[in-house]
Parts: sequence; C-alpha cells; structure tokens
Amino acid sequence: MSKLWKWKQGTQQVGFKDWLDGKKDPFLNEVEMEPKQEKKPDAKMLRERLRDRNLMYENLYDANKNKEIRLFEKIFPIASIIFCILFIVLMMIMVSYLPPVGNASNPDNNEVTKRYIENGLQETGAVNIVTGMILDYRAFDTFGESNVLFIATITVLIMLKVNKKKEKTKAAEAQSDRLYEPKNDPILQFAARLFVPIIMMFGIYVILNGHLSPGGGFSGGAIIGAGLILHLNAFGFEKTERFFTEKTYKTVCFAALSFYCLAKSYSFFTGANHLESHIPLGKPGAILSSGLILPLNICVGLVVACTMYTFYAMFRKGDF
Amino acid sequence: MNLIQNFPFFSIILSMFSGTVSSVLPGKAAKWLNSAVIAVIAGLSCVLLVYLTLTGESYVYMMGHFPAPWGNEIRAGVLEAGMALFFCIIMLLSMMGGRKKLIEEVDEEKHNLYYILINLLLSSLLALVYTNDLFTAYVFVEINTISACGLIMIRQNGRTIEAAVRYMIMSLLGSGLFLLGICMLYDLTGHLLMSNIQQEIAVIVSQEQYTIPLLVTIAFMSVGLAIKSALFPFHSWLPDAYGYSTVSSAAILSSLVSKGYIFLLIKIFYRVIGIDIINGNKIINILFVFGIAGMIFGSLSAIKENDIRRMIAFSSVAQIGYIYMGFGLGTEQGMTASIFHILSHAATKSLLFIAAIGLTDVSNGSRHFQDLTGAGYRNKIAGIGFTVGALSMVGLPAFSGFISKILFAQAAVYTSGKTIVTLLVLGISTILNAIYFMKTVIRIYTPEKTEYETIYCKQQKEYTITIILFILLNLVLGLGSQPITDWIHSGLSMFS
Repeated sequence: MSKLWKWKQGTQQVGFKDWLDGKKDPFLNEVEMEPKQEKKPDAKMLRERLRDRNLMYENLYDANKNKEIRLFEKIFPIASIIFCILFIVLMMIMVSYLPPVGNASNPDNNEVTKRYIENGLQETGAVNIVTGMILDYRAFDTFGESNVLFIATITVLIMLKVNKKKEKTKAAEAQSDRLYEPKNDPILQFAARLFVPIIMMFGIYVILNGHLSPGGGFSGGAIIGAGLILHLNAFGFEKTERFFTEKTYKTVCFAALSFYCLAKSYSFFTGANHLESHIPLGKPGAILSSGLILPLNICVGLVVACTMYTFYAMFRKGDF
Repeated sequence: MNLIQNFPFFSIILSMFSGTVSSVLPGKAAKWLNSAVIAVIAGLSCVLLVYLTLTGESYVYMMGHFPAPWGNEIRAGVLEAGMALFFCIIMLLSMMGGRKKLIEEVDEEKHNLYYILINLLLSSLLALVYTNDLFTAYVFVEINTISACGLIMIRQNGRTIEAAVRYMIMSLLGSGLFLLGICMLYDLTGHLLMSNIQQEIAVIVSQEQYTIPLLVTIAFMSVGLAIKSALFPFHSWLPDAYGYSTVSSAAILSSLVSKGYIFLLIKIFYRVIGIDIINGNKIINILFVFGIAGMIFGSLSAIKENDIRRMIAFSSVAQIGYIYMGFGLGTEQGMTASIFHILSHAATKSLLFIAAIGLTDVSNGSRHFQDLTGAGYRNKIAGIGFTVGALSMVGLPAFSGFISKILFAQAAVYTSGKTIVTLLVLGISTILNAIYFMKTVIRIYTPEKTEYETIYCKQQKEYTITIILFILLNLVLGLGSQPITDWIHSGLSMFS
C-alpha cells in the first residue's frame, strides 16, 4: 500500500499529499518524451534545396516571365468563388422543386421498398434488413464495392511501396519512421494493452452479428482495422510484423475475395437459371442463419480491415 | 435459360476473379492469366454476338434469386455484345504492343499489380457495357476511375504522379456529378433500374411535372460523364495522363476508358431518360457546342505541340469532340456516326500510341520532332503503323476514319439548323488534322544523316504482329463498314 502513496523522485521520497499540495510532480522527467529534432540543415543541404527550388520555378514554371501563371493566380480565386456560388444557387433552386421530404406519396415509396420491408425477413433470413439488401438482394453491387477497396489498396501499393531492391531507401524510410513516430510510450502501450483486445472483440461481434443487429462487414472491418492501427502505433512495426505481414495481407484478401466471388457466382448462376440454391436460410434471429450473408459479412470485414491497416502502413513506412 | 445467355455474367465474374487471383501470382504468370482471360472473354462475347444476331432480340439476366427492381440485373443486346468483343480485342492488342515498354518502365515486382489493374478495368468496362442498373454502373465507374489512376502512375516519375493527381481530381468531380444525378433520379422516380426509370420518366414528362429537376439531372449526368471522357473544356488532365504514362496504359486509357463512359452515356440517353426526351432537350445543344469547340481547339493545341505523344493525346480531345457533336445532332444517324467513331477512334488511337513508341525508341528515346527525323526508316513497321493511323485519322478512303467522317456528314445533312455549322467544322477539323498528322508523317520519312540505332522486325516479333493486326482491324472497319452500321442500327433499335 505504501508504494502506491509514496514514490521516489530523484533521491527524495515524495508522498501523495505533497503531490496534492503541488510541491512535487511525480511524472516530471519520468514519462515525458523529448520530441526528436529534425537534423538542422547545414549549408550543403540548404544550397541543394535552394537549387531545387530555383530549378523548379525557373525551368518548369518560369514564374517571372509566364504571364499565364500570373493571370491564373489572379483570376482563379475569384472564378472559383463565383462558380461555387452559382452551383449552390442552382442546387437550391432545383431542390425546391423536388418532392417534399417525408411525404407518403413520394415516388420513392413504391413497391421496391415495400417488398424489402415486408418480405425481407422471409426471403433473406436476415433480421437486419439493410444487410439483407446489400448482401442478398443487391449482392453484385457489394461485390463491386469490395473490389473498389481491393483496387484502392493496390493503387496505394503501386504508389507508396518501397522497392525492396533499393535497400538504401528502405533503411531511410525506417529511419524517418523512428524520427517522427512515438516509440515505447508507456501510457499508450498500457492503453493499447487494455483496449486492443476489446476493440478486436467488438469488431468481431459487429461482423458476426451483421445480419441480426446494426453493423456488418464494412463497419466491423473498420473497427478491427482501427484496433490494428492502435496496436501498431503503440508497439511499432516489429511487434505487428509477427502476425501481419505482406503475406498475411495477400492471403487474407485473396481468400476473402475468392470465397465471395465463388459463393456469389454460384448464387447468381442458380438464381438466373431458376435452379434451387440448396443454401439453408436457417431460423431468423439465430447466429447461424440467413444463408450466405454471415460468411459474406466475414469476407467483407476481412477485406476492409486489411485495407485500413495497409493504407496506414503504406503511408507511414511504405512497407508492411 | 440457354447457357449462352450466361456469358455476360461469366465475362464480368471471370475478369474480376482473375484480378483477385493475380494478386498472389508472380508477374509472368499474371501476364499469361491476363492474356488468357481477355482472349476467353473475347471468345465468349463473339459467341454471344452471333447468338443474339440470330435470335434478334435482347434479354435481361437476373443476378441472384430476386427479379429486377429488387435484385441486380444485367442486359445484353447485340450492341453490348459487340462492344464487349471490340473492347477485348483492343485491350489484348494494346497489352501486346506495350509489353516491352512495360517491362522496361515498371518495377519488376509491381508487374502483377499492373495486371490486377487491367483485369479489374476490363471487368468494369464490361459491367458498364452490360449493366441495366444505374447504381451498379456507379460502382463500376468507381473501379474504372481508380484503376485508371493506377495505370497512369505505375510508371513512376514526377510527371505521371502529377498527371494521376490531376486525373483523380477531375474524374472524381465527374463521378460526383454523376452520383448527384443518380440521387435525383431516384428521388424523382423511386427506382434505380434503367427500364423502370424510363417508364416513370415518361409519366413525369407527359404530366409536365418536375421539369426543372429533370433538366438539371440530365445536365449533371451528361456533364459528369463528359468530364470523365475529356470533352473539350474539361480536357486539362488528358495530355499529361496520355503523354507520360507507359504506352499500354496510354492506349487503353484513350481508346477504352473514355469510351466506356461514353457508352454509358449512350445507354443513359436511350434506356434511362429516353432518346425522344433527350433529343427534345436543350442539353444536347450544349454538348454540340462543346463538341464543335473541342474539334477545333483540340486540333489547334495538337498543332502547337512539339512532343509526339502529347500531340496524339491532344488529337484525342478533337476526336472526343466528334463523338459529342454526333450526340448533339439529335438524330439516329448522328448517334450511329458517333458509335462508329467510338470504334474507329479506339482502333486508330491505340495504333498511333503504339506506333509512336516504336518511333521514339529508335530516336534515343526523344519524343521531340527534330529528333524523330527519319525514324520511319529506322523502325519500318512502326513507321507504317503510324502512317496508317495518321491517314485514318485524317480520313483517307479505305480507312476507318473516312467512314466515320462520311457518316457524320450524312447525319449533318439530315438535321435541320445544324447542317452548315457541322459541315463547316468537319471540314476545318479535317484540314487541321491533316496539318499535324501529315507534318509528322513527312518528318519521319525525311532522310537523316545522324546515326541512330535501327530496329528490325525480327527483333520485335510481338510488336510487329500487333501493328499488323491493328492495321487489319482498321481496314476491316474501313472496308466492311456496311455490316457494322447495320449492326449499330439493330443494336440501337434493341435499346428502346
């Protein structure tokens, strides 16, 4: 007990009362981190930067002589403001002619929404009608949407992935990562130890209950991705690499998208050719119900989580 | 349901699945998978085209167990099947022609990423062609946009990254406008399925309700897709994106990506709004004016350009202007001419890009005209390819460009009020085209004393075959134009 109330600062023993009185601060010089300074530019670096800047201004843009650029800089702000105002006015005029919000006789209250609401539960087996819509009625759109995430990751990989052959750049990237990001922050690590498991559990819960309660693959995947990023921030790449590498990303994404593709192809094919699909819908409300929706939610969730983590890792270090 | 009727669905899913599989394959295997998939899809589309021509009617295909307004749906007619076939052919040839450059310019470990982009781009093009649902169209427009950005910047230097950023900004503006249009259509009609929207809009128009929102919606959709396909005042992203990316990307972007959006716009005109309503609308006059301006200013910018790749890129602006001018005429002949020009331009522009890269290769990699002197002698097949492409663009008989110009002129004669302007601009634009293309052809066949490296056909077999196939395609379009226009007519009549 005494440890909790008394601690050492420098050579002195300090009590809890002293801290309350404001005499001592137990955390002073203990947990603070000195922000690491960027290397002061020496004369050579300054000269290089100046040369680059001059090169850019003179050769590429030719700012002094180029009348077009100067004219553009003058006209552009005014023109953009006028354009935005015109656009806003146009939109407001148009909105005033649209059907009023919440009117029962609006065109969008038609047989489409009626069937979703009335028969959604029987036809898809999902208590959460939104999930039933996106993963059963309109599953093709959602497959396209998961592919949007996939291709976005691929594009970020193309742009930011550091070439493995150039060891030098990779080392430099790792160096700069150490420079700007906090390392071994005890508060962050303690909080992460506490929260990461909870966040992961919550994400898994949201994904698995996607067909029963609000949530689903997209939101649950985002939660898991946030948990992974928190873990990375607290413990650094060395710890995260133990379970998440480029290979993990590839395997998980490949498995999830392939399963989605094959499962839904089967369902599309049987549906279009009016064949029996043989996928049981189960009892609505049970965790194992609603046919393909649960596995598809898991697939979408995995893709989303991997996408979020990969974006973060790429923007930070250019590698996993 | 007949097995052949499943082919559109097979094509889309096959290309998407191959994109997923490519992510775990090494570069070489991904290359073979990519070529095989494109060839298979071309075969499937070809069979489907024959089948549809024989049966003579289009059909809808349910994606899943739920019928149309509730579930997703795709639709196939002769025009869609033919477009899918044509897109596959152009994509395969562009990949073949640019393979060597791709290996030189792109990091080896990023090759399989390139093939993922190509596969998903193909799937999005096919989905845009076959879709019968506006929201599906939007999802695949997104895939198309992102993969096009990747295609631009996979060759990593400063210019391509700048070009990709520009493309991203402009293209997202276009997507945003298109999405706003979809939202408003949903608000007005309560549907996302094309055929249902068309019925509802016919009711709305006959009751003269919601005239202003409908006008704004049509404007947003047309302008949004026009920005994405680089119609004249929105073309600022184009020269850098086409001029500096690796050559297969440039060929695919100019001949397929922009054409996919234009085909979607045609579909919206016919299947969503209804062509009669569009033709009675003022929006097409705006498209007409933009198109005409593009035809002249695009060519003028191309004349000023001293870089062969950027010159071809600016020529694209002019050719996109032709297509929108055809929309603006507001007749079926105009639309037929536009669709023919989509084919003709796609076949010719990819040929020009690929031939130009052969010419710059034998001029120490320089793209400036003074260095290109005599390049036609040093790389004979590239010189021939470029000449054929240039003659086709100018509109020499026997090549595809001639037919599209004739079709445009005929369409112009049958319209009232726009005849003189169209014919005049068509004439001026042809002369301008001739100026910059013939200037280049004369330049590459002027003898030059300085010693450069020479490349013979034996050293580049794949490239030579590609150029020959492109020339044949061009001749087929130019000489066999009658069946093709008949096909376009029957496809358009199946639309409504």
